[in-house]
Amino acid sequence: MRAFKITSLFALAAIVASACGAAAPTGDIKVAILAPLSGPVPTFGVATRDGALMAIEEWNAKGGINGRKIVPVVEDSQCTPDPAVNAANKVIDQDKVKFIIGEVCSKASIPVSEIANSKKVIQISPTSTNTDVTVDKTGKVKDFIFRACFIDDFQGLVGAKFALDTLKAKSAFIMEDQSNAYVIGLANAFEKAFTAGGGKIVGKENYTGKDTDFSTILAKVADAKPDVIYLPDYYNIVNLAAKQAKEKGITAPFMGGDGWDSPDLDAKAADGGYYTNHYSPDDTRAEVVGFVKAYGTKYKDDKGQPKTPDALAALAYDASNLLFTAIQKAGTDDTTKVKDTLAGLTFNGISGKITFDASHNPVKSATILKVSGGKVVYNSTVNP
Amino acid sequence: MQKANSTQRSLPAVRTSGARLAWIGRGFLIILALMALIVLVRNFINNPLLFAQIVISGLQLGFVYALIALGYTMVYGIVRLINFAHGDVFMAGAFVSYFAVTRFQLHVWPTLIDPNLPPIVITVVGSITVILLSMAVCALLAVTIERVAYKPLRNAPRIAALITAIGVSFFIEYFGALNFVFSPRFIPYQRPFEVVTWYIRDGIHLVIDGKAPPDGSITFSNIAIIIMVVSILMQLSLQFLVRRTRIGKAMRATAFDKQAAQLMGINVDRIISITFALGAALAGLGGVLYAIAYPSINTLLGVLPGLKAFVAAVMGGIGSIPGAFIGALIMGQAESLTAGYISTPMRDAIAFTILIVVLLVRPTGIFGEPEKEKA
Repeated sequence: MRAFKITSLFALAAIVASACGAAAPTGDIKVAILAPLSGPVPTFGVATRDGALMAIEEWNAKGGINGRKIVPVVEDSQCTPDPAVNAANKVIDQDKVKFIIGEVCSKASIPVSEIANSKKVIQISPTSTNTDVTVDKTGKVKDFIFRACFIDDFQGLVGAKFALDTLKAKSAFIMEDQSNAYVIGLANAFEKAFTAGGGKIVGKENYTGKDTDFSTILAKVADAKPDVIYLPDYYNIVNLAAKQAKEKGITAPFMGGDGWDSPDLDAKAADGGYYTNHYSPDDTRAEVVGFVKAYGTKYKDDKGQPKTPDALAALAYDASNLLFTAIQKAGTDDTTKVKDTLAGLTFNGISGKITFDASHNPVKSATILKVSGGKVVYNSTVNP
Repeated sequence: MQKANSTQRSLPAVRTSGARLAWIGRGFLIILALMALIVLVRNFINNPLLFAQIVISGLQLGFVYALIALGYTMVYGIVRLINFAHGDVFMAGAFVSYFAVTRFQLHVWPTLIDPNLPPIVITVVGSITVILLSMAVCALLAVTIERVAYKPLRNAPRIAALITAIGVSFFIEYFGALNFVFSPRFIPYQRPFEVVTWYIRDGIHLVIDGKAPPDGSITFSNIAIIIMVVSILMQLSLQFLVRRTRIGKAMRATAFDKQAAQLMGINVDRIISITFALGAALAGLGGVLYAIAYPSINTLLGVLPGLKAFVAAVMGGIGSIPGAFIGALIMGQAESLTAGYISTPMRDAIAFTILIVVLLVRPTGIFGEPEKEKA
């Protein structure tokens, strides 16, 4: 009750202030980008930063948002709660940022969202798929927190549906990292949907994200003989586990989620595997083609070749554009107004048409990709 | 021992209650060991093939740890320094071989001499070159570390050198994580030779890609065999070096009493450098083999194996070469059996618990000599 009173007091003060103050706000709009540039998943961080910076550059080239320039503040949040919280506090308190794009990993986005929401800072996580990012423990939606990707439950569901219907799998083995909210979310959703659809989970094994030796787990997989192995972890784990599985003569295909999506995924090791993802660069929609081309012109790899944007770059680009469109439509950088505009927005992004549901999760389609012949190829699109 | 005797004479009451407590502790440990034994035996009877498979993966891990642990134990034996940067030298070994293979194609260099050589010769000669290069670079790195960071502190309190070692370790890890050095990425490791797997069932057969081995077979790979053979060879040659050669004699003398050794005309600085170089070369070798077995490398690769090898060295009795070897094998088995029959996330916990138990029962480790009172 008291919190409510204080909030309403603030709201009142804000209304009074805006009524008395200058009509059109001016000055630059600062946007923080929290990305894991070091830590366990640095390729995710680089792609996210690059995607967001590209969107900012494009808006600034068009004259900014309603004539106001966008200034990025990039911080390395390491995919880890502590550094992410420090970075969030720094950008909010020191840099006076009112908008945050990030974090990539759910376990870092969740603590950041608590801070951002309490300080009325809008946060759009491009890729954190865990439910708790936008909803707090009591089930209440965090007003100022949004995301540009679909959630874990949806990915696990799509994965299970694909395994049952397309791969005709009857049994599955789940490998999960107990310390990673993202992995647990996907694994649980998969398990629920797979058993509900008549499949059988023949084994479930835990490991930790620091493990390099999966041979004991794989010995059990070989013993259980599943039709598919569900490993919804990041590419670094997939590389190790899939390679060791191949060497043990395990032929069941691996399946996973968007954590597989990285240029460092060992396509030879993961050959024959499938994963659910937000978008595919092979998509022929005009937005995607244009985006892939612009990104390749702007960013080059070690050998000077144009980079192909992965889903992280695409989602960071979408998240940034969502935010800027909402600010433009709201006509102000007052976060209370921008968040209402954002919640009602229909946006045509690289990763599909996005509208937000009541929990601030986008409603959009998922793509299934296959690792085949040393490459990742588009397989099919699944609608919600 | 002597210390305990003197306590006994002055304070008999404390001794008896202490002994009773010790027996409670010992009884608890015996019960724990029996429980573990029952779990293992039951699982062995239930599924002996899975058990054998798990033991094989434990052996593979254990022999890699042994290669690292030898370096820890040698350096400790001679300068009484726990060289925490050792695990990072191990990581450097993996990276050197990675760059040798991807940038310079060193693993196929014999084709430059004669492209018509049989492929097996090319692979063997090329891979050995890659490994030797990694060992050499690691040795150089370790000698540099020793000269820059440890030598100026040789007469400083031991704690100062220990903290420096931790600092050096962090420096290598995070300097390596810079983009123009190794980058912080998880890099898929490109092997100098391919790993092939065989299965045992009515004889030994090759596992063909995309075809599962039949039921009731045990698989093992060439890299597991290479790790075991190389590790045993290194252990034996190290024993020979320490026991039978002049350098070994000088090492033992330096370990026993540095000042006296110096007075006898031994160049102590040189011997210490050689010890660091030898330990690092073994770590580098271990790094390459580890990366081939678990092919994903990043700059924090050496932290956990380094820590576990350190535990292995302590468990075996730090300063003792056979001790490090046995300790490492125990660590490997503890890890894989825990992962197999209890739960994977528990494996580090159990491995380190074994360390604590060993230290409680035998503070100087399995092969360690009882510590002499030293000033």
